[in-house]
Amino acid sequence: MKPPPRAPDLARKLLAQPLTECVACVREGGALPSDLVSAAFDRADDVGAGRESLNIFLATDRVRATESAKELTALIGRAEAPGNLAGAPVAVKDNIATLHMPTTCGSKVLEGYVSPYEATVVRRLRANGAVIIGKTNMDEFAMGSSTENSAYGPTRNPVDIRRVPGGSSGGSAAAVAAGIVRLALGSETGGSVRQPASFCGIVGVKPTYGRVSRYGLVAFGSSLDQVGVLGRSVEDTAIGLEVIAGCDQLDSTSADVPVPRYELEKNARLDGLVIGKPKEYYPEGLDPRVAERCERALDAFRELGAEVRDVSLPHTSYSIPVYYVVAPAEASSNLARFDGVRYGLRVASESGLTGMYEATRARGFGPEVTRRVMLGTYVLSAGYYDAYYKKAQSVRTLIAQDFRDVFLSGVDVLFTPTTPTPAFELGAVKDPYEMYLSDIFTASANLAGVPAISVPIGTASGLPIGGQIIAGHFEESAMFRAAFGLERALAGKALPGEGSA
Amino acid sequence: MAVTREDVVKVAKLANIAIDDARLDALARELSTILGHMEELAQVDTERVLPAEGLSSGGQRLRADHGPADPLFNAPATFAPEMRDGFLIVPRLATHEGSPERSP
Amino acid sequence: MSAAATADYEMVVGLEVHVQLKTRTKAFCACSADFGAPPNTNVCPVCLALPGALPVLNRHAVELALRAALALECKVNETSVFARKNYFYPDLPKGYQISQYDRPLAEKGWLTIGELDEHTPVRVGITRVHMEEDAGKSVHDRYPGATAIDLNRAGVPLIEIVSEPDMRSAAEAGAYLRLLKQILSYAGVSDVSMEEGSLRVDANVSARIRGTTKLGTKTEVKNMNSFSAVERALDSEFARQVELLRGGGTVQQQTMLWHGTKGETRPSRSKEESHDYRYFPEPDLPPLVLDMEWVGRVGREIPELPDARRKRMAEEFKLSAADAELLTASAGMSEYFEAVARASLDPKAALNWVMGEVSAAINAAGVTIDQFAVRPADLGELLRMVRDDVLSHTAAKRVFARMVETGKPPAQVAAEEGLQKIGDDSALVGWIDEVLRENPAEATRYRNGETKLQGVLVGLVMKKSKGRADPRKVNQLLPERARS
Ligand SMILES: [Zn+2]
Repeated sequence: MKPPPRAPDLARKLLAQPLTECVACVREGGALPSDLVSAAFDRADDVGAGRESLNIFLATDRVRATESAKELTALIGRAEAPGNLAGAPVAVKDNIATLHMPTTCGSKVLEGYVSPYEATVVRRLRANGAVIIGKTNMDEFAMGSSTENSAYGPTRNPVDIRRVPGGSSGGSAAAVAAGIVRLALGSETGGSVRQPASFCGIVGVKPTYGRVSRYGLVAFGSSLDQVGVLGRSVEDTAIGLEVIAGCDQLDSTSADVPVPRYELEKNARLDGLVIGKPKEYYPEGLDPRVAERCERALDAFRELGAEVRDVSLPHTSYSIPVYYVVAPAEASSNLARFDGVRYGLRVASESGLTGMYEATRARGFGPEVTRRVMLGTYVLSAGYYDAYYKKAQSVRTLIAQDFRDVFLSGVDVLFTPTTPTPAFELGAVKDPYEMYLSDIFTASANLAGVPAISVPIGTASGLPIGGQIIAGHFEESAMFRAAFGLERALAGKALPGEGSA
Repeated sequence: MAVTREDVVKVAKLANIAIDDARLDALARELSTILGHMEELAQVDTERVLPAEGLSSGGQRLRADHGPADPLFNAPATFAPEMRDGFLIVPRLATHEGSPERSP
Repeated sequence: MSAAATADYEMVVGLEVHVQLKTRTKAFCACSADFGAPPNTNVCPVCLALPGALPVLNRHAVELALRAALALECKVNETSVFARKNYFYPDLPKGYQISQYDRPLAEKGWLTIGELDEHTPVRVGITRVHMEEDAGKSVHDRYPGATAIDLNRAGVPLIEIVSEPDMRSAAEAGAYLRLLKQILSYAGVSDVSMEEGSLRVDANVSARIRGTTKLGTKTEVKNMNSFSAVERALDSEFARQVELLRGGGTVQQQTMLWHGTKGETRPSRSKEESHDYRYFPEPDLPPLVLDMEWVGRVGREIPELPDARRKRMAEEFKLSAADAELLTASAGMSEYFEAVARASLDPKAALNWVMGEVSAAINAAGVTIDQFAVRPADLGELLRMVRDDVLSHTAAKRVFARMVETGKPPAQVAAEEGLQKIGDDSALVGWIDEVLRENPAEATRYRNGETKLQGVLVGLVMKKSKGRADPRKVNQLLPERARS
């Protein structure tokens, strides 16, 4: 291999470039993966990613990341294909199983637990040349919308450190927003990728349910969970999704649907694309700044040749009640395995086995996890199953039907705000149900299993605002096409008083 | 539907989580409030609607009857709280003292 | 049970039978399902319930479950649904068991007991056959104050076969279980061994006044480790209930444990009476939608069941009804017999040997017919050697004994032991002459026309030759040698 004209400066610059350029440079020998790893760790130091400040990571492993980077260099030296993410430093949410670094889900119950196997998505990242640099902070077991529910302290928003980064994938969103990595994995159950992406001014994708393997993603609400991708740009997230998507024999719910290449044509217009504007997502009380940015985005779509059509998803208002029955019910069962028998925390007790269970789980789970496990246990218990769980699953069918109908009517994608408001301050939302309402525009996509993306559509008083594009099952191509068009149309179109998004 | 303190005690037993007495009433209130918001589901007519049962279509993919299993890179002894002679060790259930009973 | 108990009260029994399916790997992961490995070594992320692991169903487990369902005349549901049964127990790693609840694999079957006795046949309804996974093993007596958990068995595939309350006596329950075991064994579904835990039985029993139709309150009886224990437990529990009812009391719906040594049932001490399992559809597994063509194929390919085999064998091999019944009691035994009968070309001899020597040998060795050292083809050859006069019957028994020890083929054993019949004139003449010389009195009487002594002298020759002499040739040669 020819000695490349490299410098730490180059790696630092590359980290700020689109993934394609970064990866191309690595493949051509222009930059060493180890330099990119160093640049990422340096950047983390520079922005104060540590516990005392942004508190982005629950674990990092610079030594092993550097070793992986060197193995990649050897691979490139032997002219073997290093993959589509060659040398890219990637951060992974702490509820995705990785070897070597702990997988705690932001919970005391898994403090220090190192998984003896690796999630399918992580295997795919590694097989494509990505270098995992750390595990990111999150709301405990992904239950939360602010990352304040982490047992290891809240993550702060790099845009404004008095504010939350959103959640539950707050650490991953902050890692991307702070420029430490171009790409991070998060997970979604009701909006946990899109909402923090929106709060941090980056792009976040929730794929179709079944598009990405859940094997190794610690379950919260199994019928809703999906690994998602956070990135600086639509293109970066499309590359990331391509790498992790596809059928997996280890996950019975992963779909045997081919993964297309998400071709994004530069300067492509959106002629012929029909964009639905569902009225239920633009309620009277919507934050006017959010409403205004959405209108501007819709105008941009029109300018690109798309048709904007008013549509209705009549059961939208039930998505939060349905979600907060189904997700806790599944969670109450999924979290039963944290019993102190095989791994993780065990708290001894005077009163035998039952005492050990009760003490372990009382000490291991934080207040929100306890609340939801209790809620889920209640709605499944004898006498309440029909009124809550079965009812909610029936209404869920109607919510899914709304989406099917609207996409069958000729609408290609829907455009909505991602969140009702921009990022709020730490500690500002105290009532649990008020916090649950953060998911009001995102939970439906999880309930229906359809793909959705949040893209930055501007700022208000410096705070990012996200717009959401929702597509039909396995129609990520249409979703990316619309998102890419919008991203390019809005670039450099800041309103007076806005910073760049 | 109001959740009572007794309900919380019962549910905590089912969920095997010790709840401080001091938290019981507050938790009952919180759960009542949350469940109160769920009441609006009752307004929806779902008589002719089947509950959602998994979102993946086309039924279940089956696996051939052979190994190997997904390997463990570290043996249980490296992560288990207590092991002896290869067994996982737990405190004995009071009702099972001297009983050969199987799990229910 | 006192005779009086049955005079006015009638027993009503339904059985729940758990059967382990004979697969290589577990139900939801690819770990080996074999017994006997060191504790917690046949485990993986899935059956240890590690965070993030997911189940994937074993196709062969479904096939075996279908075989069982179809052999029991059940209607197979094209769509069935797995559900989580939630409860905490240290040998249940996930905190829930994957089972089937309101949409089982198959329903509404039956089997008929008592066809072969003089009794009127009883048709016992099969309510349902559903699939589920086994828990691990809890060892309570190994360490003081502690329970030891081995998860090797966790996730092994089971079916649960639930009967209607159609049985009216312990004997009927016993007959049902024996027939069920026979059918499942013939169908190749399971090893069906209660000793090894691959078949487990719980019984629901109630008592009611004869002639009434309303069911009494039932109790569930557990902890029985053999079919005869089931019968004794039922009689004992029925007697307990009748006594209660006679005294004006009521039966409490509860779980009773059978204590074999005491010969009585006692209420379970576990406080888990108020179980609330919070069943809900397993979100990690989409509904099981069966290709009905496959189901049809599985049905057509079910190995011959006991009833059919009994009838066929009786006809083909000219067996008495009683012999056919005895032979087909075990699938392995009847298969063994059939192979021997075909290889030997002598079904009658095959029957005698299989029921006699073979049964005795496997009982003595404490092995099953599948583990028996003498393969049916070899036994067939041995019987052919007898038929062809290569071996005497006496010699054949000695060859067989060596075959049991060594597993060698009969020709080799016979040659090694020098047991083949000797028809060579010079050797025979030598033995005959010796016998005549050593028994002068008998020889003289024989020469003088006392021909009934021929048998005695031939016997002596056979003895001298250690059974190897060909008796037919000795008979021919004897008169001639006596005269010389
Ligand atoms: Zn396993």
